[in-house]
Amino acid sequence: MIRVVLPHHLRNLARVGDEVEIEVTGAVTQRSVLDAVEAAYPVLRGTIRDHVSRQRRPFLRFFACEQDLSHEPPDDPLPEAVAAGKEPFLIVGAMAGG
Amino acid sequence: MSGVRVLVGTRKGAFILTSDGKREQWNVSGPHFAGWEIYHVNGSPVNPDRLYASQSSGWFGQMIQRSDDGGKTWEAVGNKFAYEGVPGTHQWYDGTQHPWAFARVWHLEPSPTDVDTVYAGVEDAALFRSADGGQTWQELPGLREHGSGPHWQPGAGGMCLHTIILDPSDPQRIFIAISAAGAFRTDDGGKTWRPINRGLKSQGIPDPNAEVGHCVHHITMHPSRPGTLFMQKHWDIMRSDDAGDSWREVSGNLPSDFGFPIAVHSHEPETIYVVPIKSDSEHYPPEGKLRVYRSRGGGNEWEALTNGLPQKDCYVNVLRDAMAVDSLDSCGVYFGTTGGQVYASADSGDTWAPIVRDLPAVLSVEVQTLP
Repeated sequence: MIRVVLPHHLRNLARVGDEVEIEVTGAVTQRSVLDAVEAAYPVLRGTIRDHVSRQRRPFLRFFACEQDLSHEPPDDPLPEAVAAGKEPFLIVGAMAGG
Repeated sequence: MSGVRVLVGTRKGAFILTSDGKREQWNVSGPHFAGWEIYHVNGSPVNPDRLYASQSSGWFGQMIQRSDDGGKTWEAVGNKFAYEGVPGTHQWYDGTQHPWAFARVWHLEPSPTDVDTVYAGVEDAALFRSADGGQTWQELPGLREHGSGPHWQPGAGGMCLHTIILDPSDPQRIFIAISAAGAFRTDDGGKTWRPINRGLKSQGIPDPNAEVGHCVHHITMHPSRPGTLFMQKHWDIMRSDDAGDSWREVSGNLPSDFGFPIAVHSHEPETIYVVPIKSDSEHYPPEGKLRVYRSRGGGNEWEALTNGLPQKDCYVNVLRDAMAVDSLDSCGVYFGTTGGQVYASADSGDTWAPIVRDLPAVLSVEVQTLP
């Protein structure tokens, strides 16, 4: 199972707690993890990635294993610790605004 | 006893204010969708318990929420707003062409005849419709594809389609307004559109009499007179008696004709309300006095309504969708401010009192009159 930590507002939308666990078949990448998150929680479609462009929303960041993976290609493998379920994949709202 | 439900969108959530027909004691519910910008909440004329809310965020994009119990519970519905075909470009602030890109829903207008049909006015300017209660949205591309589209450019708040008026006497006729393109009308259910800006004069654009490019702030109509429209333009209060084919100015003796909202009395089609703002450079009331102005003759002659409103040191704004009326026998008038107050008058504007004083900045106010 892949562990994913959602930001506050997306937890509320999906009606889940701090962390969700999802099943990913095949390679564990940003794209496959996000596809699985959206399949498990359809209400999150469009909130992490733009519906049309499928690009990460500008004020969201993807972290894991103390690395910023936001600008990594979406089909690159995520760290082994994420794939093994030892470390979570973090979806983080950038600190901005009032 | 009949009552009212005031639907308030704010910078940090939605609030629902309810009262009986006396409109003296209020119950405040919220914040709903706490922390999100709620540009608009509106109810179905067919079933007042069906509400639609536009929930948006710079972080997480657009959500549409639907309620079937008057706002007690909500369900997220469709949030995919995809332009039809290749969306093309419009003018950008620097004069270059900029790709059309969806940002948010500014206004939701439920159908007067079908509870599941609702229109959405969006930024970048386009009109969408849902026929399944908001689950899916389809653009009416004829508007965006009007030949003038590449000449449209955003106002300071973005290139938003903020006003949608469904003609109650003709289901094929819709009026919309865009900042800063102007007003448009369709007479064939949204297939084709024509600009209806003749008579508008805007000194801030190269040709003051241009066919498009006017910064229309809001338009309103009384349902018994669908050919008569009242407009608050960037500057100027305007009136049309031929469904927008021509406009004339009715600013008259207002202390300033800059402002955002405009509303019409529910029982008196010639009684209209505006909230003058000092200027486009200073978005607050003239002299620090919050005054609603009422004209009982369809414009030109205006009276200040001040009883119960702050008359010193008031520097709030009232945004374009933040004024509404109920349809009780004694018409109620409501508006919200960027300072978080929602004021109500149960006597057509003669006297006012705040329902709430300390909400987040108010973006929109709608009122439902309940049986």
